[in-house]
Amino acid sequence: MTSGFPDLWDTRSFGRSLDAAFNAVVANWGPTLEMIFMPLLRLLTGLERGLQFLPWWVVVGMFCAFTYAVSRQWRPVIAVAALLVTLGLLGVWNDAMATIALMLAATLISVALGMPTGIAMSRSDRVRRAMLPVLDIMQTMPIFVYLIPFVMLFGPGKIPALLATIVFAIPPVIRLTDLGIRQVDAEILEASRSFGASSRQQLWTVQVPLAMPTIMAGINQTTMMALSMVVIASMIGAGGLGYQVLQGIQRLEVSRGLIAGLGIVVLAITFDRIAQSYGRRVQANLHREKA
Amino acid sequence: MMVGPVKIRVEGVSKVFGREPKAALAKVRDGMDKAQLLEGTGHVLGLYEITLNIRAGEIFVIMGLSGCGKSTLIRHFNRLIEPTDGRILFDGEDILTYDTARLQAFRRRKVAMVFQRFALLPHKTVIENVAYGLTLDGVERASAMARAADQIALVGLAGFEDSYPAQLSGGMQQRVGLARALATDADVLLMDEAFSALDPLIRHDMQLQLKDLQGRLGKTIVFITHDLDEALLLGDHIAILKDGTLRQSGTGADILAHPADEYVARFVRDVNRGRILLCGAFAEAGLIPAADAPVIPAETTLEAAFAIFAGGAPAVAIRGRDGTITGGLTPRRVMEALARE
Repeated sequence: MTSGFPDLWDTRSFGRSLDAAFNAVVANWGPTLEMIFMPLLRLLTGLERGLQFLPWWVVVGMFCAFTYAVSRQWRPVIAVAALLVTLGLLGVWNDAMATIALMLAATLISVALGMPTGIAMSRSDRVRRAMLPVLDIMQTMPIFVYLIPFVMLFGPGKIPALLATIVFAIPPVIRLTDLGIRQVDAEILEASRSFGASSRQQLWTVQVPLAMPTIMAGINQTTMMALSMVVIASMIGAGGLGYQVLQGIQRLEVSRGLIAGLGIVVLAITFDRIAQSYGRRVQANLHREKA
Repeated sequence: MMVGPVKIRVEGVSKVFGREPKAALAKVRDGMDKAQLLEGTGHVLGLYEITLNIRAGEIFVIMGLSGCGKSTLIRHFNRLIEPTDGRILFDGEDILTYDTARLQAFRRRKVAMVFQRFALLPHKTVIENVAYGLTLDGVERASAMARAADQIALVGLAGFEDSYPAQLSGGMQQRVGLARALATDADVLLMDEAFSALDPLIRHDMQLQLKDLQGRLGKTIVFITHDLDEALLLGDHIAILKDGTLRQSGTGADILAHPADEYVARFVRDVNRGRILLCGAFAEAGLIPAADAPVIPAETTLEAAFAIFAGGAPAVAIRGRDGTITGGLTPRRVMEALARE
């Protein structure tokens, strides 16, 4: 077979050695890695069981209370309650709870890892230069490329689904934490330095609070991206609404796919409402109109 | 004015911005000027060989037009900017030798700064802003709040403790900025064009309030401005900067009466001299006014003498600080003083 480009080096044997190396990792480290990620699995299954075990009205109440706590307004609370009841009416309550659990776990872990990473990027141009291409690759690499290795490492199940979701969803929170902190008004930062703030004090009293609206926009995007992963994640055992969509496709049941798909849309709107109402309140605090 | 000991001494401070400031500064010492330096090496000469003494308890005004280096200079006093060369002594101690911890303690307790565009923390209330320096210093919350409340009352903002900065007018925000600087009980206030962003009337109120506060609290205030009238109103001493070099420093009356060079002379030309120049400087020692002539102290401004001349007196007697009559002043002499180009 002719090829357009000369064979300058042996890509085939390179590929083979890469595969061999990865197989060795799977064989030798698979169980260890599984142990390491056990707490993640516990978090995820705990959330899922908890949400499915509680009566629906308790779950709705919890979400409403949380929405009110972050927004201090009744309109988003009513919207969230209506949206969640819609999920129940669509008959996908348990699947929706499984999906929410995956999303929440992925978002929590993304924020827990992403915010410190973003902060580190904002404080060092060198870290930023190193991280930006990594983030670009994470966002452009087709998901299936890293889905397969995750499955090989952990076997089909919730852990690879969760990890793949995190890899896919974490870039926005990292990028926007970095951006938000870099955009903080230099004069306010200078004022804080002039009063003797240490760099840690500058971070927590000025940079993070003033970057919060931007960071929240990043968390919102991360949530949405996690949600958009649920169908793909269900292919490797995540369950939930995504699995229903998958089954709908496999069995050619348009109704099943459509209803589960609607459920995903409703979830997306719910989380977007909560995040936006919080964002508005933070913004309002920063730029209050004259009383 | 009370003349205190030297509080801040600036000794041969130079600042060059760029990649290799030391080498660039050496070129300036060899005779390169600011424009050539920028052209040839891409370095910006910010300050060159500034030497100043700022005394305890005075308002020291550093003035000049934008780009003259005044904001750069004031940031050397709390090391927000590090000099390329020179020494900065605060109460006789070289602050450039301080390590990070020492510098932070110095900034928390010894100097406080007020900014042109207020630079308040928008997410904190007025009282939290005022208490900011204290909380950074680890002062216990209740006592920090109590001290902050006192300062808020002092600047006339009682009742606004729980407002957010954006709810206040510019003048009120700058009062918060002032209260925040006063709250740490620092000896020295650095005010970087603190009133430049305010409306003229509010600005004048703030100037008077600052003079009043300084009279009561005896702070040392370094005040930056581009406004000569503000400099003359506030400053016990004034330093005039141009292109990063110190052109002249002295009292306002000194500078008006004896401008050091053409630039300073042009700068002060349009000032209302009558409000600044003092009668004592123009009294004629040879002129002995009539025994019934009005007597005025030497530190009266020329403008204040107008009213007496308007009453028809042909001459007034000038009384020196020690109480003796040092000479006489005629309307003609006053006219000459005011007319001088």
